[in-house]
Amino acid sequence: MLATIGVSSIEALFADIPKSLRLTRPLALDAGRSELEVFEELRELADRNVSTEDELSFLGGGMYDHYVPALIDSIIERSEFLTPYTPYQPEISQGGLQAMFEYQTAISELTGLPVSNASVYEGPSAVAAAGYVAKAATGKRSTFVASRGVHPHAREALATLAHAWGMEVVEAPLRDGVTDLPELDDQVSAVIVQQPNFLGAVEDLAAASSAAKAVGALTICSCDPLTLALLRPPGDVGVDIAVGEGQTLGNRLDFGGPSFGFFAVTEALMRRIPGRIAGETRDLDGKRGFVLTLQTREQHIRREKATSNICTAQALNALAGVIYLSWLGPRGIVELAELMLQRTAYARERLQSIHGVHALHDQPVVREFALKLDAPVDHVIARCREQGVNPGYPLKAEYPELADGLLVAITEQRTRADIDRLADVLEASVSKQLEAYEEVKA
Amino acid sequence: MADPSYPDDLLYHPEHDWARVDGDEATFGITWYAQDALGEVVFFDPPQVGAQVKKDEAYTEVESVKAVSDVFAPLSGEVTEVNDELKDKPETINEDPYGDGWLVKIRLSDPSEAESLMDAAAYEATLS
Amino acid sequence: MSWFTAAADDELTIYERSKPGRRAFAPPPLDVPERPVEELIPDALRRTEPPRLPEVSEPEIVRHYNRLSKRNFDLDTGFYPLGSCTMKHNPKLHERVAALPGHSRLHPLQDPRHAQGALELMWQLQEALAEVAGLPYVSLQPSAGSHGELAGVLLTRALHEDHGEERTKVLTPENAHGTNPATVTMAGYDLVKVATDASGNVDLDDLRSKANEEVACLMLTNPSTLGLFEHGIEEIERIVHGVGATLYYDGANLNAIMGISRPGDMGFDVVHFNLHKSFTQPHGGGGPGAGPIAVSERIEPYLPRPQVVRREHQGNGAEMGGGFVGGCYYDLDYDRPKSIGRLRGFQGNYGVFVRSYAYIRSLGAAGLREVSEVAVLNANYLLARLRREGVLEYLPEAYERLCMHEFVLSGAPMRNQLGIKTLDLAKRLLDFGVHPPTVYFPLIVDEALLVEPTETETKETLDRFAEIIAEILREAKDNPEVARHAPYTTPVRRLDEAAAARRPVLRQAM
Repeated sequence: MLATIGVSSIEALFADIPKSLRLTRPLALDAGRSELEVFEELRELADRNVSTEDELSFLGGGMYDHYVPALIDSIIERSEFLTPYTPYQPEISQGGLQAMFEYQTAISELTGLPVSNASVYEGPSAVAAAGYVAKAATGKRSTFVASRGVHPHAREALATLAHAWGMEVVEAPLRDGVTDLPELDDQVSAVIVQQPNFLGAVEDLAAASSAAKAVGALTICSCDPLTLALLRPPGDVGVDIAVGEGQTLGNRLDFGGPSFGFFAVTEALMRRIPGRIAGETRDLDGKRGFVLTLQTREQHIRREKATSNICTAQALNALAGVIYLSWLGPRGIVELAELMLQRTAYARERLQSIHGVHALHDQPVVREFALKLDAPVDHVIARCREQGVNPGYPLKAEYPELADGLLVAITEQRTRADIDRLADVLEASVSKQLEAYEEVKA
Repeated sequence: MADPSYPDDLLYHPEHDWARVDGDEATFGITWYAQDALGEVVFFDPPQVGAQVKKDEAYTEVESVKAVSDVFAPLSGEVTEVNDELKDKPETINEDPYGDGWLVKIRLSDPSEAESLMDAAAYEATLS
Repeated sequence: MSWFTAAADDELTIYERSKPGRRAFAPPPLDVPERPVEELIPDALRRTEPPRLPEVSEPEIVRHYNRLSKRNFDLDTGFYPLGSCTMKHNPKLHERVAALPGHSRLHPLQDPRHAQGALELMWQLQEALAEVAGLPYVSLQPSAGSHGELAGVLLTRALHEDHGEERTKVLTPENAHGTNPATVTMAGYDLVKVATDASGNVDLDDLRSKANEEVACLMLTNPSTLGLFEHGIEEIERIVHGVGATLYYDGANLNAIMGISRPGDMGFDVVHFNLHKSFTQPHGGGGPGAGPIAVSERIEPYLPRPQVVRREHQGNGAEMGGGFVGGCYYDLDYDRPKSIGRLRGFQGNYGVFVRSYAYIRSLGAAGLREVSEVAVLNANYLLARLRREGVLEYLPEAYERLCMHEFVLSGAPMRNQLGIKTLDLAKRLLDFGVHPPTVYFPLIVDEALLVEPTETETKETLDRFAEIIAEILREAKDNPEVARHAPYTTPVRRLDEAAAARRPVLRQAM
């Protein structure tokens, strides 16, 4: 090969790199290892994680321990879906492009908005990306108003970018667990709410969207997609942009990623939406086919005027999402959501009746709710975990005003027996903790 | 339109735009060269009626599948009419760039600006 | 739907297969007392009609997506020399380790004390990437290359703000990947383009004229998007740092220099990695990926929150619970007062980290270096083979230099002499079972064809590719019409992209 090139060594191929920039020692990394050694190491690392297989977990807060049906793995493991690049040559990418079209349709149905893209990275950054769209659509305004009920990570991601745009994120407080929207003015570019909110409460989106429209602002709603089986679609109540975390649709927890974000908008915002979109068309012979379309929005054409800088998205995870939604079907998704609704109601009632445990709010909830404990949450959680139960997420880090708050999530994998066990363990832990406190006081 | 054409009755701007002047009113569009370079036009978002356009400045964009191009005003004035037909049939810009593919009609603020534009021969010369 | 012929069974969408009453999922039985739904969710907030999802059984879903998959070309099936994308083989071990429940079923809000395996993996990956980059601090948070670019420019903003400086511009070369200028605007800056000279490098005079104290940053890829090492990189560093701006490295082309040269040593302040390129995360048809960044000491305070850190543990560590090895533990550090904040939820695309970590452990120091050596060898060999086949007469190199891991050809002579464009060549390649190289990028080369073979291709594959190109050119000499209407043997023929953009149909009508 070197002879064909016309050089005498591989070294000669790097002649363009100045000697002063050549690394003169090997990289300070361990030597390579055999496949079985690498496997062992990765397994050993896995063993030092307490996963939802190792304990009874009621953790939620944006990602949930749902059952991922086996057919998803068998499909997304296929080389033809796993290994190709973004479909720049549509004639040999009809599989991926059609799957995107099917996915876009499903998201449009769930959200009640006509235009969906083919995925963005995940939930919180989708909220920030929606802010970018609102900023372009309303023209230069100074503020976003984001409910305190929006996921803390999403509010932070929006704030990071808003700062770069010279805009401010003003927080709308929660009252009784739901958004208490302040008076808006024409400096507000968008109102951002979450459905259900971080404390699990169902919000009145129609109220938020009409307040926004009155000042010419957009309404952005970050939603939990499975709950949209039961809740009024955001598109039906005046929301302009519906985004959200897609992990619950056929993707694993994976310690937070990869998953996907969905992004749907009104017809009016179609040419402002970020990300890849698949569109239907025909070929030379009149046969139906699919292509990436509206590409003039995107970075590779529009460059500095693009609707976003996104290039690689989350195609494989979105594929898992559409397979999951097809697996559920229209009745299945409602049944699944109703199962969670009933179990959540049951769990909330059982736990609230424990001495030293109270509801943080009594708004309608679908799959997650917030409790207030009379004993320090960290200690209660530690005691529960000794019993192999992880009762939920402590709220104090992001909601210091709810210092003794605990967020409890229910999925279809948490049975009544699991919930009863949680109740028993929580009751014992809270009472032991209260006893210990009494002893200390005495 | 298959073959290059640059009608004699029009005035031309170096950024590949034409103007048809009639007293203190004018019609603007893009030249054969521009639509050929762009490829099949898929979208045209016209300015508002009443908007001010300024000579040598971009007043709108034309999009093809793989490109976006600024459209430059050959002359200054106020938009009196926009070609709404292009909303449903943007490809008219390719098929008939000087006729049905017109973009906007303007009331000129300074008709003397027309003196700085090129005639068909001068414009064609810049293309080679 | 009357404007195209009805789809054959093969081509129906999942909705078109839908039949009322069919289903796949059966819910577990309700095991708690049932309360009326109206009591639990008020009417005004409740959905009245279920979403119109497909009604299909499991066998139908499996068959549908399997058949769809066969209408995709993929890397495991054939050669994929897509320039700038680094389509190298995805080792199959990675899927096995990523699926281990200890990794895949770990909740992101799990107490860090009970996620020590995950946090240690992330920390080790950070250390390895830092070593490859030659920069000491790494954040794994960004979700893809362009997300990493955004992080890098936001970090620059934070640095200048912290020093009380207001800067409004960011420079990128005119041949930059589109994500660079898009990132500039998204990060709130104005874009200024820098010219390239006749050798394909940044024009130093143009850079000098544009570099001033209004400039926050220069974003550069090295090797460039033309596959060429920036000759003047040391001078570029002096100019940019001389005006107090930062130097950002787009790591898309890292495959050419791992273990050979390091962006940190070239003077870059921020580097992003595309784990779905050099570190072989499978592309998935358009993601997932990950775009970690490595930064210099002075940028470290501004890194996104949280950071994965290693701490010594106090006392005997008993109070920390189980899972500790040695005198230290791993943690998520939120206490970062100068941080730019978060870019996304949780910690990043952990599943991608698992795969890339396995890759780095498999290859080791020598293996990574060999990756770059062979990547550069393969690209140069392929170029030489194309020359031998006479291909470069019609598709000359854009720049007559040694290339690195990829090279750019111009199809302009081919268009002028044979009457077929780069697009036609690409479409004809599809009939030969090869994925075309990247077309029409970079923008500054007329009829560009960007070819990146990567290191995991054999000599035979490269030889065959050169032969195929030569054959297509011979065919075009005879009859250009063939390539102009290609492809012929793919699941669909050439598609009407203009129609798709003019009257967009973006979902199934119902």
